[in-house]
This record gives sequence, C-alpha cells and structure tokens, in this order.
Amino acid sequence: MADSDGRQVDSINHSTGKICKELTKEEKQRLRKEKKQHKKNKKDDRGPPEKEKEKEKASVLAPSKPATQSPAHKAAPVPVNASASESPVAAEKPAKSKAEQRAERRARQDTERASKQGKKEGGQQSASSKPKATPNELQPVVKRLPEHIQVDDPAALKKLAKKLERQQVRQINIVPLRSDYGYKVSLFSHLHQYSRKNPPTQQISIPATVIHPSIVRLGLQYSQGIIAGSNARSVALLHAFKQVIQDYSTPPNEELSRDLVNKLSPYISFLSQCRPLSASMGNAIKHIKKEISNIPSQCKEEEAKRRLQECIDSYINEKIILASEAISKYAIEKISDGDVILVYGCSSLVNHILCEAFEKQRKFRVIVVDSRPRLEGREALRRLVKKGIRCTYVLISALSYILPEVSKVFLGAHALLANGYVMSRVGTSQIALVAKAYNVPVLVCCETYKFCERVQTDSFVSNELDDPDDLIVTRNGKTHLENWQTVKSLGLLNLVYDVTPPDFVDLVITDLGMIPCTSVPVVLRVKNVDQ
Amino acid sequence: MPSLLHQFWVDLLQDLPRFTETLVKMPGADKETDLSERIESFLSELKRCGSGAGSLRGSAETARETTALLRRITAQARWGNAGDLMEIIRKEGRRMTAAQPSETTVGNMVRRVLKIIREEYARSRGSTEEADQQESLHKLLTSGGSSEDNFRQHFAHLKANVIEAINELLTELEGTTDNISMQALEHIHSNEVIMTIGRSRTVEAFLKDAARKRKFHVMVAECAPFCQGHEMATSLSKEDIETTVIPDAAIFAVMSRVNKVIIGTQTVLANGGLRAVNGTHTLALAAKHHSTPLIVCAPMFKLSPQFPNEEDTFHKFVSPHEVLPFTEGEILSKVNAHGPVFDYVPPELITLFISNIGGNAPSYIYRLMSELYHPEDHEL
Repeated sequence: MADSDGRQVDSINHSTGKICKELTKEEKQRLRKEKKQHKKNKKDDRGPPEKEKEKEKASVLAPSKPATQSPAHKAAPVPVNASASESPVAAEKPAKSKAEQRAERRARQDTERASKQGKKEGGQQSASSKPKATPNELQPVVKRLPEHIQVDDPAALKKLAKKLERQQVRQINIVPLRSDYGYKVSLFSHLHQYSRKNPPTQQISIPATVIHPSIVRLGLQYSQGIIAGSNARSVALLHAFKQVIQDYSTPPNEELSRDLVNKLSPYISFLSQCRPLSASMGNAIKHIKKEISNIPSQCKEEEAKRRLQECIDSYINEKIILASEAISKYAIEKISDGDVILVYGCSSLVNHILCEAFEKQRKFRVIVVDSRPRLEGREALRRLVKKGIRCTYVLISALSYILPEVSKVFLGAHALLANGYVMSRVGTSQIALVAKAYNVPVLVCCETYKFCERVQTDSFVSNELDDPDDLIVTRNGKTHLENWQTVKSLGLLNLVYDVTPPDFVDLVITDLGMIPCTSVPVVLRVKNVDQ
Repeated sequence: MPSLLHQFWVDLLQDLPRFTETLVKMPGADKETDLSERIESFLSELKRCGSGAGSLRGSAETARETTALLRRITAQARWGNAGDLMEIIRKEGRRMTAAQPSETTVGNMVRRVLKIIREEYARSRGSTEEADQQESLHKLLTSGGSSEDNFRQHFAHLKANVIEAINELLTELEGTTDNISMQALEHIHSNEVIMTIGRSRTVEAFLKDAARKRKFHVMVAECAPFCQGHEMATSLSKEDIETTVIPDAAIFAVMSRVNKVIIGTQTVLANGGLRAVNGTHTLALAAKHHSTPLIVCAPMFKLSPQFPNEEDTFHKFVSPHEVLPFTEGEILSKVNAHGPVFDYVPPELITLFISNIGGNAPSYIYRLMSELYHPEDHEL
C-alpha cells in the first residue's frame, strides 16, 4: 500500500526516536495511518517553518520506506519541498496556496498511480537526476538537485547527514560523512573536494557488517583512482552488485524485490561519498533497481538471484561490450588510409576503435594528447604502442602546434546531456575548440547507456573537484606550491569534467548509429518508450 | 759578472708581464681584447641560457646587457666613421642572434642602436632627414646618391653623441616595467576575474600594481611542462591577490567566468601577432569564443621586425624528456614526443597591446615598428 501524501524523494528524514527496525507490515500500516492523521491536523497550522513541515513528511516516510513502491515520488517533487535551499522562501508562502498545492499534488499523484499500477520504482538515488515522467505525459519535471552540488548550502548538508544517519541499522552509522579538504575556489564552493589521503573507509566503524566488503573495496578503489573511466567504473559496480546479490538472503518477513533495493541504498550512498556517481553508473543503478522490483513475489529466492545475475550480465554485454563492437564498426568506416587521428586522454572505447581499425589493416597514425595532472594519455599510449600503432605524444599546451597535421579528432565521452552538450574529461572542450578553429572534424564516440536527461551549459554547476594536491609538481628540485595551504589567498583547482558545446562536435557515433549532437533527446525519448 | 746576471733577471722580470700577455691574450690593444672577451662571454651565456627550461633571465635583462655591450663596442672599438661602426655592430649583432635565435631582444637592440647611429649621423650632418627614413617612391626617383656612402663622413662628436643616445636608451629600458605597471589601474576594475598563463614578469608587476588599490581574482594556467604558472601564483598570492592555479586542460572550462585575459609574450611580431609560450593560442581562441578581451603587456624592446612565415625557424623545442620522461622506458623508443616552446597567436585574436609608450591596437604595430627600426636594418 502506498502512501499518497506529498511524498518527496525520500531525502529528508528526521528520526523521531524511531529506529528503522524491521517492523511488521501491520505495524507499518498503522503507523502510516497515524501519521496521516497527524499531518492533516497540522495542515492548518501555518506557523511552523519549512523544516518542521519537512520533518513531518519525513516521519510519514520513515517507517513506510521499506514498503515504498509509490510511483508518486516520480512526479511528486514539488519545487517548494524538494530543495532545502528554497525552504526559506517557501516558508513565507501564504497558507492557502500551500493547502491548495497539497491538494492538487495529491490529486495528481492519485491519477498517476492509477496509470502506473504495474510499474514499481525502487527506493532512492542519492546523486542521479530525477526519473522522467512517462512519455505519454509530458509532465514538467522539476528535478531535485543532487546533493553533491549543494555543498555550500548548510541545510542541504544537514539533510545529507540525516539521510546517512537514517541508513543505520542497530544504531551503527554505517555511511560516514566525508569532510572536505583544503581551500576551495570560491566559484566552486558548492562542490565537494576530498583528499585522496583521507579515504572514507578510515571512518567506517568496525564491525561494518552492514556494507558488503566488495562494496567497501570498490569504494576505496574509486576514491583512490584505481578504477577510473566511466565504463570501467560501471562494470566494476555491476560486478560488485552481482557479488552482493549472490551473498544476499531474504530476511523472513520481507520480499526480495523490496528489501534488496533497500539494502542497496546505503551501498550507493557510500559509493557516492567515495566518489560522486557518474551518469553511466546512475543509469546502471536505475536499471538494476527496476529489474529487482520487477521480480514477481512468488519467485523463489535462488531463482530470483539467478535471474538478477543474468540480467546484470546481459546489461554489461549489451550496453557495453556489444555496443562498443557496433560503434567500432561505424567508426571504422570513418577512418581512411593515411589519416592522422588525434585522441585525448584514455577512453576505452576510442582505444578499442583504433585497435580494431588497425587490425582491419587501415593505415593511420595516432597523436595522443595528454594533460596534467592525471596524465591518462600515457596509458592510452601504452595500449596503442603495444598493438603496434605509430604514435606521437604531446601535452595539451602543444595543441596548436600539432593540429595542422591532424585530419580527424576522436573523443570519448563521460555522458551526453539532453541539450546536446558532451560531458567529458576536462580539456576535451579545448580540443574541440581548437580543432574547430583549424577546421578539423571532431567525432565523439559514446554508448547510449551514457545518455542522461540532465542539461548543463557550463562546467561550473555540476562538476567534480579532485584532490588539489595533485597539481603540485617538483621541477629542478623546487616545489613551488608545496605549502599552498599556508598561503591564505592561494587556491588550487583540479577539475575533473567539462562540457563541450554541440557546435564544436561534428558527429556522435553511438551503437544506434551516427547521429548529430542535437539528436540526443530523441534517443532518450525512444529509449523511454522502449522501457 | 753579478751585474750582468742581475741585469738579465731584471730585464726578464720587466718583460714578464708583457711576455705572458702575448702568450695568454690575443695580440692587439688591451681595450680590444677586453672587448672581445666580453663579447665571447655574452655569446656563451646566450647559448647556455637558451638550453635551460624557460629563460633563466628575463628579456629585460638580456636587452639591458645587449645595449650595455653595444655601448662598450661603440666606446672601445676602432672606427673612423659611422659606416665602420655600423659594420662592426652589424657583425657582432649577427653573431649574437646566431647564438640564440629565439632570443629576439638581442637583435632588436642591435637594430635600435643602428637606428640611433643613423639618426645621430643625420643630425651631425645637419640634415633633417629623420622623417624621411622610409623609402618613398619620390625619394627613390629624386635622390641621386643612395644613402649608403653617406655614412663615410667623419664627425668628431659622433662617438659622444651616439654613446649619449645609447645611455638614453638604457634609461628607457630600465623604466619599461614601471611604465607598463602605471597603466594597470586604467584596465582593471574591482572584483574582476583575470586569467593569465605561465610566468611573465611584466604581467606580474602589472597585477601587483593594480592590487595595491583594487581587489580582484587571478586565475593562472600552469603551462605544462615547465609549470612556471606555479611560481607566478605563489608570487601573486604573497601580495594578497586571490590566486587560483588551474591546469592547462581547464582553460576553456573556466573561461566563461573570466572577465579579462592578460598575458605577456616573448616576442611581438611585425604583423601584430605574438610568439608566446605554448598554450597561449588555445587561451586566445577560448577568449575569442567567449568575447573576452585579450590584453598583451609587452615592452617596446620585444617588438621584432620578423614575420611569422618562417615555419622551420619559428619553433623552438625542448627535450622530449620534459614531456615523456625516461621513466616510461619501454614505449619511449616507439613514440615521437614533441615539446614545442612557443605558439603563434594571430593578431585577430588580440584586443590590445600595453607597452611602455601606451596602449595600442594590433593593427598599429607596423607603424610603431617604423619608428623604432630602419627598414634597411630589418635584415641584419
């Protein structure tokens, strides 16, 4: 049974002293009814600030979370309640409109619930954007702002702390809140900046029996940069989930389809504390959660687990491995003999394409452009040289020198946004810009599972800040930035991603074919209809 | 007998200094040997500092030392008339530019001095030909005798005049950085975000001067592989300027929030373009895309009459070890690595030049050049 009252995406919770123990179904229903009543009484009381209102709603949410299957939260996000940063504004709204809004919202949710009876959506996602409305209802979806870009808002931080607190079992705080490191550039004070020397695993208490060890290991690998690259991260995540599902056993009074999703939520919070989730990971998680919640309740546990493992395997196979085969096939048509191809950094997909093309006896040479501080291009260089491809290596500052020789530019992508912008490793936009100035075609290769519905116009609002100490370098025995922390007005900025405008990109090669950058929302729409 | 022996030793000791002189030094007057020693040491320093990473000494110092050396040549070398002097200076100038072709300030100073000599000569002759230095069609038709053999006349005070003029040039050189920094407040308003790349002493002085009265932010692109941006950032932050160091790859990403781009350069070319540190072209393109003004702070001695069309001599490279270190051993032998030092920036991307004589548009640079150098001196 679903609760219908303004259920936001359950990011807010105030534990009113209740611990999320495994309550029986009846108890949960009773609690839910009580809370509904409680809330109705409070509806007329306009005085309380927004926070309290949120608390009430949250307390409605808390015990019923395990049973949550309401698709209501899909369309629920009312701008007023969704983002804490708007809370002071909302608190001043007149009473009447609040009630009206609530009533409207409830009505809307009822109709939607009726239309989406079959579909069940899993719990919560900490960093991914809102799931969109069904294609036949063009709802104005107002997205809830992901937490990881609201670091400068103390209310949002409090929310996150509470959410992590809520995900505790037996009073052990399993997902530690990671603290920021170093002076942050003022333009980016809304983002987290962690140090690699402080992995989040140090703060996990023992016994950390609640987070599966393979997830802990994965989180550590993410935060130390051992696993990098969106395909690698997604595949590692899915393998870890397979392990989790393998070791999972349904508790006595629960259904696998609901409980497993709830078990996964703290894992996902933990991983996003280690390193913010990528768009590909977000899509993979959504898919898995959907699959889990689609497991029919009469399915036996072993059967369900086997089915889930198969599903994960087929996801990896279809979306990543076969997709890269398809993309290589298209891309090889674009490589002609005598080409000089420029690549940037280390994209597994682009490397695969070049190796395939080389095997198919195309004659070309490659220029690998690299940039500090990650120097990922060296890895790409090693792989290509091992294959036997002729390579040249330059740093990104030498781009204008080397571009007159280049005939094509192949770039990988981290995500493709719905307004046609390409989100990729920092420096990609620069390469596209200079290539455009020299009239060199730019081709972006990206699998469709990396398409995401977010829109972004600059590299500031939603980005990731890496460890600033990476920029420090010792040359000729002198390290100028050694004590940058002590100098008050000095800041180091180590961005991870940037967005490339679509007019710099000539072609996007996906497993569905070769499309222009602006067709990304079309592909997204088609994918939704399929689902 | 003792007196003869004694006399022998006295003679020997008297002759010893001159004798050793002939062994060690080249034959000739003392002044000349001293002069050529200095020239040799200057040339070897030029050769050496070019092979290090970046410039071990700034262009201003090089310009000053070149001018001082030219003054010494004027004072100490043997010449009878202006033509001889110009020949000597041209010869030494060719040697100096050959020692380090990328250090264009040396050649620029030589050309300035040559122009000074021409002017002083013309003034001594009493003719006011200063304005007519250009080759106009009218001049070609009417002037019967070409100006070359005009320089054979001997004037007594020419030496003193030339040396005085060179002294003026030296004072001008010493004041260039200050002159440029004085203009800082006209170009920087408060709460601006300024971007720069690498390390330029001129830009550093410029920003520090503005920081005394205004508060603004500076983003410094570190400019791999030498990472001179780090030094610049630490030096700026010591003056309490809010500085941020960004890697080169992030230049376009942050450009949308930048209000102005202020850079220094190694050379200003005759068409108004730049030969600047690598990465500057990308910076200029990004600024153009966002319509951000690009300001170049360059003193006048960096203006060179070269054009950027000499593809093979335009670029200078450093060891690929800076780019791909030897620790990457196994792939090194199969890979070409390039480490260019300079970038060409076309004049269309530049908004303003700030020099010690004021602000100019890039389209005006050719005119300034004609005031500084004589067209016959463009080719040393």
